[in-house]
Amino acid sequence: MLFLEGLTKTYKTGDAALRDVSLTVPKGQIMGLIGPSGAGKSTLIRCINRLVEPSGGKVLLGDVDLVGLGKADLRRQRRRIGMIFQEYALVERLTVMENVLSGRLGYVPFWRSFLRKYPPADIQRAYQLLDRVGLMEQADKRADALSGGQRQRVGIARALAQDPELLLVDEPTASLDPKTSRQIMRLLTEICAERGLPAIVNIHDVPLAQQFMQRIVGLRAGRVVFDGTPEQLTHEALTAIYGAEDWNEMRRGDEEQTRAEADARDRMAALAR
Amino acid sequence: MTEITHYSQVWSYRTTRGRLLLWGGWLALVALFVWCWQIMTERTIWAFVYDAPRQAADIGGRMVPPRWSYLNELWVPLWDTLNMATLGTLGGVIMAVPVAFLAARNTTPSALFLRPVALFIIVASRSINSLIWALLLVAIIGPGLLAGIVAIALRSIGFIGKLLYEAIEETDASQIEAIEATGASGAQVLSYGIVPQIMPAFWGITVFRWDINIRESAILGLVGAGGIGLKLEASLNTLAWSQVSVILLLILATVVLSEWVSARVRHAII
Repeated sequence: MLFLEGLTKTYKTGDAALRDVSLTVPKGQIMGLIGPSGAGKSTLIRCINRLVEPSGGKVLLGDVDLVGLGKADLRRQRRRIGMIFQEYALVERLTVMENVLSGRLGYVPFWRSFLRKYPPADIQRAYQLLDRVGLMEQADKRADALSGGQRQRVGIARALAQDPELLLVDEPTASLDPKTSRQIMRLLTEICAERGLPAIVNIHDVPLAQQFMQRIVGLRAGRVVFDGTPEQLTHEALTAIYGAEDWNEMRRGDEEQTRAEADARDRMAALAR
Repeated sequence: MTEITHYSQVWSYRTTRGRLLLWGGWLALVALFVWCWQIMTERTIWAFVYDAPRQAADIGGRMVPPRWSYLNELWVPLWDTLNMATLGTLGGVIMAVPVAFLAARNTTPSALFLRPVALFIIVASRSINSLIWALLLVAIIGPGLLAGIVAIALRSIGFIGKLLYEAIEETDASQIEAIEATGASGAQVLSYGIVPQIMPAFWGITVFRWDINIRESAILGLVGAGGIGLKLEASLNTLAWSQVSVILLLILATVVLSEWVSARVRHAII
């Protein structure tokens, strides 16, 4: 369970990225965060694990307020929050296994991580996670040898290796093609459902958000301007978030693209036969 | 197509002012060259210059044929020279790594105090040629290999430190952020987020510096720091030109070999 209370962030330049954001994310809920570029989506999720220092407000994970914790306490609390990134943010020159095990860094002493001597239970768990995301065969490959979709799966496994109580997901599909995007979103939602894991997902793609999210929060200029189910995300709501645009037309365009993709796929399949 | 009427057809890369400044700059450069040439030729004793081809031919004649039997006396000094370069590089690397981490903007613990200190160490080391370092050290710790090794190490700190701290500053911040987000400690962020990213640069820089150090250590003997340079000095002083040519050819072969090795190593890791 995550509570945000009056969360505010003003950057040194004077830009107010977040203005008094209050949200509650209950256990097991997957919440999509949508909004135009610069609305503060990235800042919001980075304020939760304090990769960005909030200027004011409270971040309560369970009953711990993360704002104002000292360095060591913050590190201990960060273990409870898994994070998945837009450009995967894997350590490119390390192997897949090392990347997944790096999710345990907060739990093991330095010498263990330095010598790659992780406890057997951690290694077993890493293999289990790799199997879950379908990358058992790639464990000893270097991360930069994988495709985009595979890398994002490693990113998911790394976040889960932390045994998190909350997932922060920053634009997980922005660098992926439409099909891989859907596969990754499906995997994410399945995993969250399996573990009753709450997640906050920053997402650009509104149809994708509507397809996979249980709840959608719209951010505009650092303020929450929409909070509801995907069905409630109407023309008016989208205009409130993004400004005026012919949303139905865009959605029709999107459907048309899906139909065209399906058609092309069928024809390719026919050719292959 | 419709007629375009209100768009200008004139566009120039530089403004008039910029063009004038450019021409002025070139003119000043030519003037400087002419002036320098005058000063240079004023003090030249032309008799020696006219004599130069004959002198060169004379020394060249004495150098050929090289006295190949002298090679047997050179293997030990050559080994010393290689050791001087290698140990000096090793010492330089050991001292340069912490300096680089202190100097890099994204890893320095204190940008206000420690970073300027680290940058000063780098500049100081770089501003003094290893031959000068060796001169000083021969005076301080006496002639011999040790002075050469320390001289090479001191000169290497600046080179390795500068290139390495630039590599550290160019690391991808998102990979570091991801490691921080797992709850890793400072040392763990360093070893998982930063070190893997700078490893290719680190090996490339080290091998490159080792290659340079072999060339530099070959001449350090001239000021008494041991190695093959000592033999070179002795042969020059006794006007044993056929030995000088053997030494120069040996240094050439060593440098070619080390350059080949360093190119191979750098190719293998990148």
